[in-house]
Amino acid sequence: MYHLIVFLPLLGAIAAGVIALAGARKRHPGAVGPVDAFHHAHDHGGHGHGAHHDAHAHDAHGHDDHGHHDDHGHGPVEPPAQGSRLAELITTGLLMVSALLAWIAFIDVAISGNAAHVPVLRWITSGELAIDWAFRVDTLTAVMLVVVTSVSALVHLYSIGYMHEDPHRPRFFGYLSLFTFMMLMLVTADNLVQLFFGWEGVGLASYLLIGFWYQKPSANAAAIKAFVVNRVGDFGFLLGIFATFVVFGSVQFETIFAAVPAAADKTIHVFGHDWHALTVIGLLLFMGAMGKSAQLGLHTWLPDAMEGPTPVSALIHAATMVTAGVVLVARMSPIYEFAPDALTVITYVGATTAIFAATVGLVQTDIKRVIAYSTCSQLGYMFVALGVGAYGVAVFHLFTHAFFKALLFLGSGSVIHAMHHEQDMRNMGGLRRLIPLTYWMMVIGTLALTGFPLTAGYFSKDAVIEAAYAAHSSAGMYAFVLTVLAALLTSFYSWRLIFLTFHGRPRASLETMSHVHESPRVMTVPLLVLAVGALFAGAVFKSRFIGDKHDSFWNGALFVGEHNEILHHMHEAPAWVIWSPFVMMVLGFATAWFFYIRSPETPARLAERHRLLYQFLLNKWWFDELYDRLFTRPAKWLGRFLWKTGDGRIIDGLGPDGVSARVIDVTNRVVKLQTGYVYHYAFAMLIGVAALFTWFLMRGL
Amino acid sequence: MTGWPILSLLTFLPLVGVFFLLVIRGQDEASLGNMRHVALWTTVVNFAVSVVLWAKFDLAQPGFQFIEQAEWLGGSINYKLGVDGISAPFVVLTAFLMPFCILASWTTIKTRVREYLIAFLVLETLMIGVFCALDMVLFYLFFEAGLIPMFLIIGIWGGPRRVYASFKFFLYTLLGSLLMLVGILAMYGTAGTTDIVALLAYKFPADMQWWLWLGFFASFAVKMPMWPVHTWLPDAHVEAPTAGSVILAGILLKMGGYGFLRFSLPMFPLASEYFAPFVFTLSVVAIIYTSLVALMQEDIKKLIAYSSIAHMGFVTMGIFALNEQGVQGAVFQMISHGVVSGALFLCVGVIYDRLHTREIKAFGGLVNRMPWYAAAFLVFTMANVGLPGTSGFVGEFLTLMGSFRANSWVALFATTGVILSAGYALWLYRRVVLGPLDKPELAGIPDLSRREIALLAPLLVLTVLFGVWPAPVIDFSAASIDGLLQQTTAAIESAGKAAALAGQ
Repeated sequence: MYHLIVFLPLLGAIAAGVIALAGARKRHPGAVGPVDAFHHAHDHGGHGHGAHHDAHAHDAHGHDDHGHHDDHGHGPVEPPAQGSRLAELITTGLLMVSALLAWIAFIDVAISGNAAHVPVLRWITSGELAIDWAFRVDTLTAVMLVVVTSVSALVHLYSIGYMHEDPHRPRFFGYLSLFTFMMLMLVTADNLVQLFFGWEGVGLASYLLIGFWYQKPSANAAAIKAFVVNRVGDFGFLLGIFATFVVFGSVQFETIFAAVPAAADKTIHVFGHDWHALTVIGLLLFMGAMGKSAQLGLHTWLPDAMEGPTPVSALIHAATMVTAGVVLVARMSPIYEFAPDALTVITYVGATTAIFAATVGLVQTDIKRVIAYSTCSQLGYMFVALGVGAYGVAVFHLFTHAFFKALLFLGSGSVIHAMHHEQDMRNMGGLRRLIPLTYWMMVIGTLALTGFPLTAGYFSKDAVIEAAYAAHSSAGMYAFVLTVLAALLTSFYSWRLIFLTFHGRPRASLETMSHVHESPRVMTVPLLVLAVGALFAGAVFKSRFIGDKHDSFWNGALFVGEHNEILHHMHEAPAWVIWSPFVMMVLGFATAWFFYIRSPETPARLAERHRLLYQFLLNKWWFDELYDRLFTRPAKWLGRFLWKTGDGRIIDGLGPDGVSARVIDVTNRVVKLQTGYVYHYAFAMLIGVAALFTWFLMRGL
Repeated sequence: MTGWPILSLLTFLPLVGVFFLLVIRGQDEASLGNMRHVALWTTVVNFAVSVVLWAKFDLAQPGFQFIEQAEWLGGSINYKLGVDGISAPFVVLTAFLMPFCILASWTTIKTRVREYLIAFLVLETLMIGVFCALDMVLFYLFFEAGLIPMFLIIGIWGGPRRVYASFKFFLYTLLGSLLMLVGILAMYGTAGTTDIVALLAYKFPADMQWWLWLGFFASFAVKMPMWPVHTWLPDAHVEAPTAGSVILAGILLKMGGYGFLRFSLPMFPLASEYFAPFVFTLSVVAIIYTSLVALMQEDIKKLIAYSSIAHMGFVTMGIFALNEQGVQGAVFQMISHGVVSGALFLCVGVIYDRLHTREIKAFGGLVNRMPWYAAAFLVFTMANVGLPGTSGFVGEFLTLMGSFRANSWVALFATTGVILSAGYALWLYRRVVLGPLDKPELAGIPDLSRREIALLAPLLVLTVLFGVWPAPVIDFSAASIDGLLQQTTAAIESAGKAAALAGQ
């Protein structure tokens, strides 16, 4: 069964890929005869190459910060790829089956307690290092199987409607299914390296989907940014895997977890010092998690990732992939339980991210970017829960968040669809009556996100805040204050989104407004299903995830140390702690109502008065500009310098070119001093540095 | 072991093809076609023979197999061939890549076709000879003679600066090899034999090991190439015809790594351990330095050439980690790089043949007209980046793991390579393949032809297969690498004990 759950999406991806390639081949046949003659044989190149733009670039409005304008609006619309419907049906159908099986597995594993281990194939063996393809199916896996396959199946279904104008649907659905497969490999991994395979695989799929509209320069830039920033995190992840192997002699979870208690006080000699081994591992792995889950510092890719089609944002950049970091830390809970310092770091980073992203979300005008920053912020909440040792709470929030955030994204997709690819909220307003179903779905999502009593977010988010308080540590207190504040901001920006989009007077042109229409059923049904989850997932599952059935539900999948009694402490939290998020939610709602319904001129006045603060927030704390100065430009400058000066003038200049030049010099009896003797010094210096470094290493051994 | 001398057959079969090429008369299109077919079938048959070698290879045996020996040059120097798990994969890789080279040159080489094909077949003989030779002098002959056909291939059929590039290539590698020759003579003087099997068992005194190690290092470092003697490679690649680049990146670079494993480690173990930090330093510098340089390249081929140097940095780093993961990873990385970089150069060749330029600026938006090409190029780009699930990952991962165990600083710096490689490779892909297709020269550019698909498909399959199931390559060399490491570490340990005793 687990084989089917995991490999059915892959099958779908391959089928859709074949359809896409076959269709592409028909449209663009290969060269016949000598290829270099194509200049003279223009007759077989008859399709207008400008014809693609119209269909692709339609999502390009509203990205004012990229300065991209849709200037390709000429030429006829490209016909849809052949077999589009077939590809849609295959991929969506297979995912539905996979989702169904996942729920069966969930009941079997999480409710009946039948964890499983399924070997698949040998992978890498070298010395003591043995890595196999295998599925580890415990409750954590089962929860993630359900989340991934359910949201993915709904997103597939939704995309049939959302993407119906796009000529490249087979490719799109292939990518979606490929992503799902990789994500399933990630959550079922039985060792760190297989997890890394899924980790990088979802990165690839994310890269492909963000850059799906490959004619848009902004989309291509965002795709690369996502991949490279994630690689920075992977840098830590890889080192973490190496350290794990050095300490435990294995990368397999079962073996590692069994050996953790014995290794609790072990030290590891890396980077010139003896460190507490588990802390080192924990921090390095967390660096990977920071990249994938867009935590402060490595978050810059997530907002840009909104360049991808909206269903992608819902599936990858809200419900599943970005939570991979949370899964990783939860999975490694046996190690983190013995690495309190690493947990403290996680708490601080998570809490800071939560408040940072919430502040930026306050002023964004692109509907998708607001939700993206909200996602970033909510991920911060999950890490806070992990950091204080409440792993179950973190996964619970992950679980409920998947429903309501996917709902919000798909809902905003429905808005964008209705508005003909308008994403700027400044050009919306008054849509409530025109698309009532979407409106109510968005309201449900917002209620759940802001933690309205008895919705999903109410149970999970408030639990995070209580857990932070219950940690009784300075990090926990820091996290408590910031998450409560973030709850205020969350409520404000969420209702701001609703009010700006659906209430007030329409700000779009009459022409646009007259075409606004409710989305087709294939898009609204997924919304309804997700709304059910957003409303009830919390109430139904609370007792199992974080309540009294906690232990039997998790069944050892999440390790809780002897002294970790966070869940008990949570119950003893005083009333003001329990009520504070609710108060914040009401406050946020009231402020948003005042700002955008009662007195709509206030926000502009405030922005005018606090210009610097407003710019600071609007420009996302200037992270992108900072990184550009710190990393991108120096790397390019250094690359050019090493190439032109290092290779060109120094190495070649002193080596082959220099030698031949000297020979000529001598034969010509040129006595003149050569210019460029500065480079001799530079070269000597380089050699000196290398020698010094070598000596340092030799001594270190 | 076998009734017939399979290694001699593998080595000299291409020369039979050369004979037939010489026999064919005429310069008309039909004769040229015949010549191409002769060359293609020669290489295909040779590959088939190499598959037989693979099938008959005893995976459990760490030592040499298929040994052939004959008296030559008066007894002290023998004609002796044999392979073990370290050399055999390279023999198969060489035989595997040759048909692709012939096929890649099918339509693009129009002048001196006969000579071109002869150069490639002779080159195959010499390359396989290098990996099979079990006598130092024989090895040296193959190793050096291989320069000549490559020199000719770049110098005659190359690009506009071919003469500069070919001389640079020749001088660099020749100078390096001369020092190795001195080393070989010194070894003969001490050990009294040039038989590699005997030399492997011979224990050279510690101080002599250092000089010998340095002499061999000069040669292999240039071949790899390691920083700072790498600058010949980008020039050679840029000027070489596509097939020349495939061989250069696929096989010739691997001779350096093979040399380290065959000679430096087992014959001079003490020196290898002593110089390991030095090699680490050069490797790490190579990885970071050349990755940064690759980022800024304006010529596609040059970019891939620089990325090759970075990947070879992982190889040298892995070898001198002196543990299973490092060495295993290095061998795997070399095989994988042979396939992936070969494929990448073929990909460059595909668009070069269409536009006759390699300037990145000249392209853009190819995916609009060449979706199949875009898909294939994407897979190889990802393998170059080291994405898990492609063969590029396994080697990179293992070498990093090995070096982390040996020295965590080295791994720390080398791992930045995974960030940089993503940067330059994806940026290249974006500039060449993605974006709108708005350059008029590209308007009618055709997608992959059937011949080009036939070229890229097998490489693509191998790239993914070895990424998911690397066992065939790993098992091929595991026993021999184990043996090699045992011998090396035993020598280092006993020397350490002796030193400790002497110190007391």
